Amino acid sequence: MAINEAPPSGERKERKAIEAVPVRHPGRWVGAAVIAVLLAMFVNSLVTNPNWGWSLIREWIFSEPILKGVGITIILTILAMIIGLVLGVMIAIMRLSPNPVLSSTAWAFVWVFRGTPVYVQLFLWGSVIALYQNISLGIPFGPEMITFDTKTLIPAFVAALLGLGLNEAAYMSEIVRAGILSVDEGQEEAATAVGMTRMQTLRVVVLPQAMRVIVPPTGNETISMLKTTSLVIAIPLSTELFFQAGVIGNRLFQPFPMAIMASIWYLALTSVLMVGQYYIERHYAKGALRDLPPTPIQKIRSRFGRRDAS
Amino acid sequence: MSDPQVAPRSTNLPEVMVKAESVYKAFGRNEVLRGIDFEVHKGQVACIIGPSGGGKSTFLRCINHLEKIDAGRLSVEGELIGYTQRGEKLHEMKDKEVAAQRRSIGMVFQRFNLFPHMTAAQNVMAGPVVVKKTNKGKAQERALDLLDTVGLGDRGDSYPMQLSGGQQQRVAIARALAMDPDLMLFDEPTSALDPELVGDVLDAMKNLASSGMTMIVVTHEVGFAREVGDVLAFIDQGIVADSGPPDELLSNPTSPRLREFLGKVL
Repeated sequence: MAINEAPPSGERKERKAIEAVPVRHPGRWVGAAVIAVLLAMFVNSLVTNPNWGWSLIREWIFSEPILKGVGITIILTILAMIIGLVLGVMIAIMRLSPNPVLSSTAWAFVWVFRGTPVYVQLFLWGSVIALYQNISLGIPFGPEMITFDTKTLIPAFVAALLGLGLNEAAYMSEIVRAGILSVDEGQEEAATAVGMTRMQTLRVVVLPQAMRVIVPPTGNETISMLKTTSLVIAIPLSTELFFQAGVIGNRLFQPFPMAIMASIWYLALTSVLMVGQYYIERHYAKGALRDLPPTPIQKIRSRFGRRDAS
Repeated sequence: MSDPQVAPRSTNLPEVMVKAESVYKAFGRNEVLRGIDFEVHKGQVACIIGPSGGGKSTFLRCINHLEKIDAGRLSVEGELIGYTQRGEKLHEMKDKEVAAQRRSIGMVFQRFNLFPHMTAAQNVMAGPVVVKKTNKGKAQERALDLLDTVGLGDRGDSYPMQLSGGQQQRVAIARALAMDPDLMLFDEPTSALDPELVGDVLDAMKNLASSGMTMIVVTHEVGFAREVGDVLAFIDQGIVADSGPPDELLSNPTSPRLREFLGKVL
């Protein structure tokens, strides 16, 4: 007996939408209620406890030294990440090179810079000024041609960049290496089969595909870097956000509100980074997904029943 | 074992395109190729059949130096693959020299290996633009022409994920052709395809064969070998166990191993 006869071509069967009682989730309501109560208690304490020092925060959050500190923090983050990314890609490629000199150099770099705390590295970069008063260019062990004063060559800002950038490069190189290894071997074979060299294959075929694996942890690293900049106090670099907040806090004998204020800034900046990360990830999903995930704006639109023309 | 030299169809053959003389290759202790002798002349279509693990794909990969051979001589158009001979000594080629050699040898893989982050047209353009530094506009024009010849003129903007297996493999053929190769290698080009998609790919290969391209095809499609092939080689246990004109070889296989293999396949 035929269970279901196929409709004759050109004729469609009537479409009956299923009407069913959805599954109830009482646990969700209980959980939401508990969290709402706890949140209300916390907000109440924020408002009523004067020790939070909201008026102080409001007074100082957009003050000149703090805004400058925010600027320095942003610049440090961007530049250190650029150094980390460029150097990290180079080190990852060196590490995977068939040349044993390059691969062992890369291994040693990662060993040293990942194996010691970044705070200590920053302290050491700050102390280079004390250790080597002059840096000279010339023949090794021979006569010197040009001599630099380290204080002018490596000011605190450059020391901070070196410390953060080199440490980041060690982590980034491992992320990039994982990305490169994640690309299917057949891709490399196909690229070499059309006559590409190893470097062309990496640049045109492997790295663009590795980006899908590299981007999410890089976003994570960038957010982490933004907060790690607060450690340049070890150099010390005094213009950065947390240092400035601390200076003001100590002057006013109110360190706590100033630390909260710095946290608000950090949270605001990392939120902006998270939005950027979402769109970059979406960009590199090209070709890997049949349909790109909707942007938040598209999601909101579809929820309110407005449909895109496409 | 019969004569390892591929039997010539006519007496005055064009020049030799691919020549393998007792080629050996081992992966660790596993000896995959154990003295392959093989010859393909210009314009011929050579098909290679044989049981899996017999060494047919490995041999094909040796021809464009995706694998290094351990012993013997392997040359394409009279040029040794991967080595330069100076006097008595062989010198290993640099990465760039090997890459230059590969430009004249196209390869099509079982699993297509299209670049997923590029559209079909970009896949076809990649070789000329990156390797030959061809102008992008020209390369794109050529890419669309090539896609048209494999029946995909309208899919230039599709990403590989949006294409069926058969369409992907035809893009892969166009990609290999974009480098204007003198020789095309096919490594089981239809083995990863649904049965109803095999025909389109074989048609594209037939067109290519009739245009005079020299082709070496590792395949399970015995029908294709009979129809299009000029020579057929049966590779088993690392050697060319039997070879000759496809019709003859398939109709009355003399060697017991080939007979046994055909009994399983047909």
